[in-house]
Amino acid sequence: MPTPPPLPAINGADTAWMMVATALVLLMTPALAFFYGGLVRAKNALNTMMMSFAALGAVGLAWALAGYSLAFGDGGPLLGGTRHLFLRGVGLEAHGTLPHLLFMSYQGTFAVITAALISGAIVERMRFGPYLAFITLWSLAVYAPVCHWVWGGGWLGNLGAIDFAGGTVVHVNAGAAALVAAAVLGPRRDYGRQALLPHNVPFVLLGAALLWFGWFGFNAGSALAANATAGLAFTNTLLAPVATLAVWMALDRFRTRKTTAVGAATGIVVGLVAITPAAGFIGPMSAIVLGAVAAFPSYYAILYRSRTRLDDSLDVTAAHGVGGLVGALLTGVLASAVWGGKNGLLTGDPAQLGRQAAAVGATLLYSGAASFALLKLIGAVVPLRAERRQEALGLDVPQHGEEAYTSGEGAILVLPDLAAAAPTAMALAAGIASSQAAAGLAAEMPAGSGA
Amino acid sequence: MKLITAIVRPEKLSEVLEALFKAEVRGLTISRSQGHGGETEQVETYRGSTVKMGLVDKVRLDIGVSDPFVQVTIDAILRSAHTGEVGDGKIFVLPVEKVIRIRTGDEDLAAVTPAV
Repeated sequence: MPTPPPLPAINGADTAWMMVATALVLLMTPALAFFYGGLVRAKNALNTMMMSFAALGAVGLAWALAGYSLAFGDGGPLLGGTRHLFLRGVGLEAHGTLPHLLFMSYQGTFAVITAALISGAIVERMRFGPYLAFITLWSLAVYAPVCHWVWGGGWLGNLGAIDFAGGTVVHVNAGAAALVAAAVLGPRRDYGRQALLPHNVPFVLLGAALLWFGWFGFNAGSALAANATAGLAFTNTLLAPVATLAVWMALDRFRTRKTTAVGAATGIVVGLVAITPAAGFIGPMSAIVLGAVAAFPSYYAILYRSRTRLDDSLDVTAAHGVGGLVGALLTGVLASAVWGGKNGLLTGDPAQLGRQAAAVGATLLYSGAASFALLKLIGAVVPLRAERRQEALGLDVPQHGEEAYTSGEGAILVLPDLAAAAPTAMALAAGIASSQAAAGLAAEMPAGSGA
Repeated sequence: MKLITAIVRPEKLSEVLEALFKAEVRGLTISRSQGHGGETEQVETYRGSTVKMGLVDKVRLDIGVSDPFVQVTIDAILRSAHTGEVGDGKIFVLPVEKVIRIRTGDEDLAAVTPAV
């Protein structure tokens, strides 16, 4: 098959970098699965991790079929058009200096992780089917429009609000939806009555590490080129979380005299969230300041939230909503034309802070209201919450038919032809005849049950 | 003196502990265990294999009590571990020949009375 002639506007270096960046951002969703999965109880580990993994399938597909067109197809100030439905007209032609397909893929990985972020607010109680319906519809009805407003030629972009890699589009957006979802679902039944402890803190650290790694693609990739701005965003993605982590550890030590691992993982994520909107617009020393300042609101928001009845279980609102809000506003303060962006409050354009605030406010309002409507809509058709018994048992077995950590003891293989024929008690007795338990079980079985 | 062995649902453990604490039953040992008490087996699937989980996770509590505390302990467990569905567990009450507290060498009644 003859290779098509290279299209003139496509740049090889940019394309190579953006393919790597797309893979990096894709990795963030499984990373989030580990981050969230480690934070819940063992009986909900698979359910929580699947909420992220399933977003790859559900939201990824919705993005290709319709989401991309709604976000980036030509349209009005509020919504993109139908021009790229089913990826029509998304081919090898140049989009900037990239193949159009690659740009679509890169943006798709953002849609997936944004939807998956919301799951942290409703873990350990939401049914899986309604969750999938919610994030799929949310990616079309909320993510795509907000993405269009800021990046797709919509009204916030035209207003002059700047968002380098998604402080507003991704984090404020997901944070607002998470707040509403936690409120609509209501708290877990054990919330405030029992200690709900993370079952695997090493998973949380692993998740934070992989998120940071992937975030280099998220922020530096948002330059959409292998150029100096990408290098700046990359550097800031290193420096801001470093500062947030340092401040977070200090706050932890100051408050409890201990530096916690879950706190460190949270601090890293908050720093990454905060630098996201500013990554390619501010200098490296400003990034350190931004990262350090951003630690405070999220740290105290988490402390405050856990004393309320709002069971935003994994603090999506405090980490992503508050972190994204602080980052987006500080972008309007610290942005500097010297570094290739626009000027902000400190560099002579106080109005930029107002534009940033408008973008944050509009996203909060729209995402909050639309998420509420979607959840109520789905809730009117099917129950959103798992039954009390399932919640007590943990959602892994009732919702997925699997356990995260099985011993395998007492598990009987069901062979297709024997399944119908053999009485259960007999199969059980045969399956564990060699184990010591058999004697005890035989005594408990009603007489004649195996006959 | 009796040894009370109770098998309860893991998700009920915190309620059971709370009830025992309120009943002033202070010394106990718990262990994770698995068993089968006639409940419907849960079916799980791993790739192509379908399995029935014949053994269900349970928690076992072992509590040595003096005679006046036997009924109190049983009542507390009955109240807190009950759901009404098959699989709530069992309480066994066993005679105890002798109890010795290792730290002090106290025997019998003194050994099951909470240390001050």
